Amino acid sequence: MDIPNSKERRDFLQKMMQGVGYGALGIIAWSSYLSQSQARNLTLRPPGALFEKDFVRTCIRCGMCVEACPFDILKLATISDQISIGTPYFTPRTEACRLCPDIPCASSCPTQALDLTSLIKENKLSIKSARMGLATINTQTCLAYLGLQCTMCVRACPYPDEAIFLHNERNTRTDMHAFLKPVVNPDFCTGCGMCEHACPTTVASITILPLAISKGDIGSHYVVGWKEGDESRIEDDSTDVTLEKTKRNEKSVIDNLDDVEGILKGLYDE
Amino acid sequence: MNNFLYKHRFLLSRRIVQIALLTIYFGGNMYGWTLLQGNLSSALIFGFIPLSDPFATLQMFFAGAAITTDILLGVLVVLFVYSVIGGRFFCSWVCPVNIITETAAWLRRKLNLTDKKKRVTFSRNIRYWVIVISLGLSFFFSLAAFEMISPIGIAFRGVVFGFGMGWLFLVAIFLFDLFSQSYGWCGHICPLGGFNTLIGRYSIVKVVHDSDKCVHALECFKVCPEVEILAKVGRESVPIGGACIKCGRCIEVCPSDAFEVSIVSMAGMASMAKG
Ligand code: SF4
Ligand code: SF4
Ligand code: SF4
Ligand code: SF4
Ligand code: SF4
Repeated sequence: MDIPNSKERRDFLQKMMQGVGYGALGIIAWSSYLSQSQARNLTLRPPGALFEKDFVRTCIRCGMCVEACPFDILKLATISDQISIGTPYFTPRTEACRLCPDIPCASSCPTQALDLTSLIKENKLSIKSARMGLATINTQTCLAYLGLQCTMCVRACPYPDEAIFLHNERNTRTDMHAFLKPVVNPDFCTGCGMCEHACPTTVASITILPLAISKGDIGSHYVVGWKEGDESRIEDDSTDVTLEKTKRNEKSVIDNLDDVEGILKGLYDE
Repeated sequence: MNNFLYKHRFLLSRRIVQIALLTIYFGGNMYGWTLLQGNLSSALIFGFIPLSDPFATLQMFFAGAAITTDILLGVLVVLFVYSVIGGRFFCSWVCPVNIITETAAWLRRKLNLTDKKKRVTFSRNIRYWVIVISLGLSFFFSLAAFEMISPIGIAFRGVVFGFGMGWLFLVAIFLFDLFSQSYGWCGHICPLGGFNTLIGRYSIVKVVHDSDKCVHALECFKVCPEVEILAKVGRESVPIGGACIKCGRCIEVCPSDAFEVSIVSMAGMASMAKG
């Protein structure tokens, strides 16, 4: 190989390496921003939104839902919000969802990131089936739980007595008053946030948490005996239990419990 | 004065179109006008003709999103328009970032920052790599990766729905274009520009150069944001390639009217492809 050729080659290689360097820098910066913009389970989305992860990748960020909302409650996230950029969200303490019966937001979504079909019951639009989040009460600051008269959240709720109801309880502190405690029923709460918006405490004592973090799940390993059919769920399950013998369970249970010294020793040993 | 208007007829019309579009979208959000709703990612004209950005949709596809028929229809409408008038017409007639980068380029010329020796030059092919990386990152992060950082989206959503801190990003692009590389963003990095170049390659409407009329004034070289595509100017009569953003600056500045917008026949296209 002659010399100029090898110099050319070296130049070319060097150029390429420079490119790789810039590229690596760019990709790292880009990726770190992307990991910031990924699904965040703390965001409240408009009615019918897919699960956060699917929502974030399906929403084309057109803002048509925001335009469609007649109450202007929806905002599109900007680069400074800690929410995937360009996606719609709402903040109930500022503006709560009014649960429009014609659901203009989800109807206008071109990508079905707001899935209208999830809001259809018996061939009719039913905003009542929206599940944007779940109202959650801080019983240490809620006026009603302190024994004061409030009920603001129950009055603000579009589905009082279903989504949120008042629970009467004797106030043993005064022995002459009653607590009128608001209790949320997750089966009906839409997460609209009217309650949070209405709460008179300085920081709302009832807040909407997205279902991704507030929805409990009992799992399949508990049986509730009073629920019809729940028991039959486990009828065919195998009853064989295999135990692995360790130092502490080689004796019978009774012997083990009698052996206080052994237990203490075992505790210290471990 | 009239001469000034005539000399800048394309530039002024483009600015009017760009600002009118922003206004119409803004009105769509603010006052509920139904002429155009949405934004540059996806929109509706008169409430029923869908438009969707093909590149954004491709990223969504890579991110694993289910693409609806509404979006696909929108993509088809846009692809049709691009195949007629060329994908990059978007850059100079619609994209709001174009206003920023052209202003930076103009200021750069005014401030004489164009000294060849001190210049850093970036390859124009970076944008095609950025396309590839966008799709790769979209796949890895389950997110339309470029849409997350797109200054186009930031600018447009900013005007229509509010900026947040997004304007900082636009300032950065302005400074990059002003001091580091002329048309640095639009002509080198922007993957949407690259994508639109690719899909508008064989568009029917093109800017065409007539070398018989050319007096070698080289004015077009000073203003064209994609100078490399002028390689054959003065030597051959050719339609200008896919990277041409249809800004019409060459038509305006040429003293001998050697450029014009015209419909390119298949034969013309073949001659372009050959060279
Ligand atoms: S249901 Fe009505 S108020 Fe609630 S987000 Fe949709 S459009 Fe807005
Ligand atoms: S209308 Fe749908 S795609 Fe558009 S911003 Fe709203 S949720 Fe996203
Ligand atoms: S969020 Fe509050 S107001 Fe809305 S349905 Fe649930 S309890 Fe009622
Ligand atoms: S509005 Fe607030 S303070 Fe009043 S009862 Fe409801 S949660 Fe408690
Ligand atoms: S060839 Fe003319 S119309 Fe095309 S980008 Fe260059 S200056 Fe603009």
